[in-house]
Amino acid sequence: MLLAAGASETFTPESWFFDNAWTIPALPCAAFILILLFGKRLPYKGAEIGIASVVTALGLAILTTGAWVGEYESHQGSHSAEAVTQDVELAQDTDSFEIAADAGEGGEGHVKAEPVVRKLDWLSSNGKSFGIGTLVDGQSVMMLLVVTFISTLVHVYSTDYVHGDRRFTHYFAFLSLFTSAMLFMVLSATTLQLIVGWELVGVCSFVLIGHWWEEKANSDAAMKAFLTNRVGDIGLLIGMTILFFAAGNTFDILDINDAAINGEIAHSTLTWASICLMAAVMSKSGQFILHTWLPDAMAGPTPVSALIHAATMVVAGVYMVGRLYPVFWDGMSIAGSSINLMALIGGITCVFGGALAFVQRDIKKVLAYSTVSQLGYMVMALGVGAWTAAMFHLFTHAFFKACLFLGAGSVSHACHHSFDMKADMGGLRKYMPTTHKTFLIASGALAGIPPLAGFWSKDEILAGTGGWPGTNGNGTYYIIFAMGMLTAAMTAAYMARTIWLTFYGDYRGHEEPHESGKRITVPLMILAFLAVVAGFFNMPSQWVGDGLGLKFEQWVEPAGTRLPGNFTHAKPSISLAIVASLLAVAAGAFVWNYYKKLYAKDPKATEYTDGLASRMPLAASAHKVLEEKYYLDHLYTDTIAAGTKGPLARAAYWFNQNILDGIVDGAGKGSVGLGRFIYKYIDQGTIDATVNQTAAGAGQSGGILRRVQSGKIRQYATLMFGAAAVLVAIFMAAV
Amino acid sequence: MLLNQFLGLAAILFCIGVYGVLTRRNGVMVLMSIELILNAVNINLVAFGAYQGDVGGQVFALFVIAVAAAEVGVGLAIVLLIYRNRRSIDVSEADLLQG
Repeated sequence: MLLAAGASETFTPESWFFDNAWTIPALPCAAFILILLFGKRLPYKGAEIGIASVVTALGLAILTTGAWVGEYESHQGSHSAEAVTQDVELAQDTDSFEIAADAGEGGEGHVKAEPVVRKLDWLSSNGKSFGIGTLVDGQSVMMLLVVTFISTLVHVYSTDYVHGDRRFTHYFAFLSLFTSAMLFMVLSATTLQLIVGWELVGVCSFVLIGHWWEEKANSDAAMKAFLTNRVGDIGLLIGMTILFFAAGNTFDILDINDAAINGEIAHSTLTWASICLMAAVMSKSGQFILHTWLPDAMAGPTPVSALIHAATMVVAGVYMVGRLYPVFWDGMSIAGSSINLMALIGGITCVFGGALAFVQRDIKKVLAYSTVSQLGYMVMALGVGAWTAAMFHLFTHAFFKACLFLGAGSVSHACHHSFDMKADMGGLRKYMPTTHKTFLIASGALAGIPPLAGFWSKDEILAGTGGWPGTNGNGTYYIIFAMGMLTAAMTAAYMARTIWLTFYGDYRGHEEPHESGKRITVPLMILAFLAVVAGFFNMPSQWVGDGLGLKFEQWVEPAGTRLPGNFTHAKPSISLAIVASLLAVAAGAFVWNYYKKLYAKDPKATEYTDGLASRMPLAASAHKVLEEKYYLDHLYTDTIAAGTKGPLARAAYWFNQNILDGIVDGAGKGSVGLGRFIYKYIDQGTIDATVNQTAAGAGQSGGILRRVQSGKIRQYATLMFGAAAVLVAIFMAAV
Repeated sequence: MLLNQFLGLAAILFCIGVYGVLTRRNGVMVLMSIELILNAVNINLVAFGAYQGDVGGQVFALFVIAVAAAEVGVGLAIVLLIYRNRRSIDVSEADLLQG
């Protein structure tokens, strides 16, 4: 079976849903317009339009996914039947069982789906045409499903959470536009479209983060999110422009990827492009050092945070890297290396973000830093060459992170809109059993406790670094592997802290908390269920067999020719899985024990008064650094912004006074002189005189003619008949 | 066929009508004169229709009669309003349209 040993066979999937995928983003977009126009007059203030459209979009996304998987499985079925007969023949002919066995083991015997592209010419200029269209492949189908699914649950949840808000209709309108923008970006066939979707997502997040803009902190947070993203967007524009010219004047994503794979673009060009694009990823996907907007974005309503963190907005960066992976593969020299910029940024982000989560009092901020950390994980996975693992982590993370955020919203709903774990929470498991259970499951998934979803994806990323013996990754990233392991332990530890402070111990707030309503708890239960099962889609074939294993990889991964030639998958390692899980459990148990002892000492306490930080100056300063978020906000506002704005303002003022004002003054004086001349000679002398003459002439002739207008009907009739008689006479004479 | 006689009758009727419109001061009389003019036209239509063996002329005359009825309705209403305002139906007194 020679074919299977080489590149895997590809097929082109066919379905109505792939050709008409544009309907999925179009639906919420239509809903946005309808809600703005008619929302306020409807009985549910526009929420019904939003929910109807997003549920329809979800239905379409599910059907699209079904069609995609169905097409894959049917081709795979006929392919394997063929392969088996060929194998048998080959085995009989040459007695080489090993070749066939190898081919099966490496997963090479699987067919691969080609992307379905549908493109229109948007505009053409000077012989170049700019297309717009949809690109449907495993990656976009997966994202369609995740985005519409999370968005549907967020819509339902929001009907309760923002109930009675003064901008309820406006909120739902932008929720729809947000969903639509992300779906548009996910389906884009060209980088130009990708940029448009990217910016639309940014604008929607700005509007929704600043939803309660009456409070200065909230509008500041919205501005911060927007401006920080602008910094990265410059990188995005430059990077995309470089790729446009490098790939031979094309915006087409597949063409750019092909050019990068076939070595048509110089390595240094790809490096510059990927560094520029990396800046965009850093801002949009909250990578260290541009992550500072993400925790502040918690100022928005909690369902929006869930949407931003789980499905739309922040995963855009990860998605973009996944889309243009061949560019980064070559540009960052991922294969065979032991360190590169992308992996390093991801690694630093996941460790530093995780560390920040320890010192937060605000439950949403803990989750925000946890998102920063997990996004770091995804970028790190992409950086070490584990494409599938990164996408799979994106997929599982969406469910448990949405569950955690919606759970935090439910908790704050109960505790009178406070998010402060230390002051207003504690012991909530007695009052909110459903929220408690779902939060527990989602935290377990986030911490990577087997067999929950996070375990499978995290394990795949750790194996993908190639840092553990016998995993055979695309490189040997030992430092990155160590960072990943550290983060796994830290994640379990800070989630244990959060759970204790929120749900265990004694209730520290005032007034009795209460469990939230059905519209909040049902989405939580659905998400918790998925946080358990989502990981089963990509269990290693080596552990569970070919029939169950690596389904996600087979469905989502692009066809062989669409990935770099030397791209390989790491082998899963049972020893790694056991060690990583034990590490996470141990770290969680350590923190749990810490709080349990504290509780025994004083039921109301949330921290030791004589703890490490008060005894050791080094620990105290480390704590301070974490509390001040590494002084990054100070660096940005006090040093960079303040340092530039003073001299810059003075320079601008001087320039304004001496040069711009001089030009403006000169121009002003010149125009005044010219104006005077024109007034005196042209306007008054020529134009006005002509107009006056005309008017006078009209007045005189009117004075003469008015005598004819006697108002006497018989006189008019006489004139009319007389004129008619004259006309008849002329006519008769002529004939 | 006696076309010329019909046309002559129509011409006489028309001239009487025009004379009436131009000389009568009574609004109702003016309207009656207009009816005469219209009927002169009707005679012409029917005469030409019959002359050419075309029923169109008669159909057209029927339309003219219908329109004339409507015109008289409006005209009489105007005369009635003039009477209400001025206690007279002398059209030469209604000269508010003068320039």
